[in-house]
Amino acid sequence: MKYYDKLIFELSKEGRTGFSLPDTEWADTTDRIPAGLRRELPPDLPQVSEPDVVRHYVNLSNMNFGVDTGFYPLGSCTMKYNPKINEEMASYPGFGGLHPLQPDDTVQGALSIYGELSDWLCSLTGMAAFTLNPFAGAHGELTGLMIMRSYHISRGDLKRTKVIVPDSAHGTNPASAAVCGLQVVQVKSTPDGVIDIGDLKPLLDDTVAGIMMTNPNTLGLFETGIKEIETSVHAAGGLLYYDGANMNALLGKVRPGDMGFDIMHLNLHKTFSTPHGGGGPGAGPVGVAERLSRLLPSPVVRKSEKTGKYETAGNPTGAGRISGFMGNFGVLMKACAYILSLGNRNIRKVGPYSVLAANYVKESLKDLYKLPVSTLCKHEFVFDGLKEANAGDPEREVTTLDIAKRLLDYGFHAPTIYFPLLFHQSIMIEPTETESKETLDAFVAAMRTIAEEAVSDPGLLRSAPHNTPVRRPDETLAATHPKLKI
Amino acid sequence: MGFAYFPHTGDDIKAMLGRIGLESLDELYSDVPEDLLFRGDFDIPDAMSEMEVRRHFAGLAEKNVSLSVFCGAGAYDHYSPSVIPAVISRSEFLTSYTPYQAEVSQGTLRYIFEFQSMMTRLTGLDCSNASMYDGPTSAAEAVMMAVNCTKKKNRVLLSGTLLPQVLEVVETYCRFHGICLTEIPHRDGVSDLDAITAELGKGDVAGVLVPGINRFGIIEDLTGYAEAVHAARALLIVYSDPSSLAVIRTPGEWGADIACGDAQTLGIPLNFGGPYIGFLCCRQEYVRKLPGRIVGETVDTDGRRCYVLTLQAREQHIRREKATSNICSNQSLMALYVTVYLSLMGPEGLKKVNDLSYGGAHYLHDELLGTGLFTEAFGKPFLKEFVLKSRLPAKQLQKSLLDAGIFGALSCGDDLVSFCVTENRTKEEIDRVVNAVIRCHIDRCRDIVNGNLMK
Repeated sequence: MKYYDKLIFELSKEGRTGFSLPDTEWADTTDRIPAGLRRELPPDLPQVSEPDVVRHYVNLSNMNFGVDTGFYPLGSCTMKYNPKINEEMASYPGFGGLHPLQPDDTVQGALSIYGELSDWLCSLTGMAAFTLNPFAGAHGELTGLMIMRSYHISRGDLKRTKVIVPDSAHGTNPASAAVCGLQVVQVKSTPDGVIDIGDLKPLLDDTVAGIMMTNPNTLGLFETGIKEIETSVHAAGGLLYYDGANMNALLGKVRPGDMGFDIMHLNLHKTFSTPHGGGGPGAGPVGVAERLSRLLPSPVVRKSEKTGKYETAGNPTGAGRISGFMGNFGVLMKACAYILSLGNRNIRKVGPYSVLAANYVKESLKDLYKLPVSTLCKHEFVFDGLKEANAGDPEREVTTLDIAKRLLDYGFHAPTIYFPLLFHQSIMIEPTETESKETLDAFVAAMRTIAEEAVSDPGLLRSAPHNTPVRRPDETLAATHPKLKI
Repeated sequence: MGFAYFPHTGDDIKAMLGRIGLESLDELYSDVPEDLLFRGDFDIPDAMSEMEVRRHFAGLAEKNVSLSVFCGAGAYDHYSPSVIPAVISRSEFLTSYTPYQAEVSQGTLRYIFEFQSMMTRLTGLDCSNASMYDGPTSAAEAVMMAVNCTKKKNRVLLSGTLLPQVLEVVETYCRFHGICLTEIPHRDGVSDLDAITAELGKGDVAGVLVPGINRFGIIEDLTGYAEAVHAARALLIVYSDPSSLAVIRTPGEWGADIACGDAQTLGIPLNFGGPYIGFLCCRQEYVRKLPGRIVGETVDTDGRRCYVLTLQAREQHIRREKATSNICSNQSLMALYVTVYLSLMGPEGLKKVNDLSYGGAHYLHDELLGTGLFTEAFGKPFLKEFVLKSRLPAKQLQKSLLDAGIFGALSCGDDLVSFCVTENRTKEEIDRVVNAVIRCHIDRCRDIVNGNLMK
């Protein structure tokens, strides 16, 4: 990776162009728009040639680390390999030019993708129906909570405005609840890292709309009390929401529907191998139990029993509309290609192989890193910093941030850090099923070297990274003197 | 049998299990209650080879009908340069995560910074976030932001000239979020400033959302809006098509506080509705209320210019339920589409895109009026999309166009139909639309005559 310092604006020169458009054959131009409706000066956009543009962005890409570059053990993000056939299929001729409002008869291929993927996700999760409209995980959470609230409101049960969220939950859980107009009540974790059922039960009164859970949770632990939680929440009239961020651990082995969850979302960009694209576009389909299927947002896609054709329609009994059209369709195509490639046979191995990788790395490092919960983990686990971190010595103390930055020098992406909030020095590691034993061994070796360096040369860690295109950025300067554009 | 995405050999698995102290993969799930383990078959197809996957998609593609698109309504068939897929497919961009580790994410951070810069230059506002999901959700976020910026007021006015899907998504978000909405019906095809001013007079309005170009394709004259809205201490939000902002008056010039909309028009293919990209820009004073990711410039420990995610105190992973929004990701890769597109187009190219669309749309508009089968609906200035009153029933008209391989004449209620022309449409295609319309009329006359004869 090489430092490259230009912004596209800095390559601009008056009179250069990078576009290729036909000569006009029309008499009219926008100069005929009444002057009061026209902008005064043309926008100050870059004026650059096509080769300049290509080289600039290729140079930018060289400062980026992706799954295709190397191991990316980012906890709770499931950075698995993104198969290339998925990309090829998403740009398959005959889909890219489809307008979302075209009559159903002219888009049966596209609607089949929507319909079949919904059916497959139902089977893989044990839910009764899916909407593929939500654009991302957090968007799926919001949609799911809208469905939860609509359910209670439709029954005239208007008191239910509280949603229970574990203290280990992803930040999006409470934020989605707040956007949805629900109050967040936090439930504690036990020292073993799972939901404290003793703390939960007193919270379950007739104002509770439901509980949001990840299972396995953000510590990578299977919530062993799930059956008791399910019975208690349902008995109190609440619903169970499954945050699918950690579904990779269970894919092919355990289904949220079978655990009693009523609503869930999946992150196709995690579990179903679609690329993260530097932060999107993803897709956050939402699945529901049978009795909630009438509440799915518009538009819905269904197969007509009479004609065997797929139809789109508004859903007058639904929670509303949460997207302009039918979600990030291009992303849905990639997930479709993934499921077809794996098939029944291989999809069963996703969960077990990801859990195998996580436990292998955990066991290989637990002598040097603090492991707050030492039981079997699922697809990820959390260390609470180094055992030998020179704690209390302001000149030599090594933090989780230092470890993360030093990993970059060794050619690995850093794990998720300072999350979950249960520990001060959280390092959350998620290897996936697509990493070889050799890659995991190399990562383990780097982590062990870092542990040695923490004792022998802590300054090296505290000033890391050393080999990256830029070094630690001054984040305080960025926040106190925001420069958000050129 | 091995599988291409799983590197595990039998020996690897044995060795890894050995390190953990287990004998079998099944034991990895010993913490799961036995009856929760799924033992059946999933109702999904058997594994396909790449060749079979290709055949599967080929079969599906055949079930679609490729049409010449003369419809907009929130999704526009603009030309997308060949450079874009070449850049987008760089896997360093494609397969990276949100740029939390700035030291190895300068590529993503830099293009988002460029994106933010370009969006502020197009909208004429001070700040932009790193993008949103799509246009309608950006409008919903903008409305929640306006309420968040104006304390103690909880009502927002929506112009009835906004796209129906924008109205529906905003209505859904606000219903759950507890924001009151009042939809102000259009007057002669445009937003009704008198009615809006009357509502503003009630003193409880936090924001007013109006389109720059509305659902009928009309370029709205927003003279007087900012004054009226600001006099009531509310915020003006303009829902814009950013492609059009190369030529039409910007939200900034109209005095808007927030601009939102869908930037699909900037180089992103129709793709059956997604992925697209929402945008959200605002005046400087509201930047700390802006939802979503924001990238800022700073320096590293060696004093080199670099970029980071900043102002994160607004966001869910820090603030949890007190965050400005629950949004976590942006549509980063789509922001790269837009950034590359705008770099190639520059001010001249983007003007030309608008000129070609304008010229084609006005040619079609005049030709359709020339058939005598349509009349003006509102007779106001438009750019690339317009509505006409049709003497032919919309359904029949749409069917005749479909028979000619054209998607157009979208029904806009009553006897109104809409058409859209972008630079992607040739004169020959436009003439085909006119011929199909005439054919529709002739067929209809024949049906009527035959019907009469049969009596």
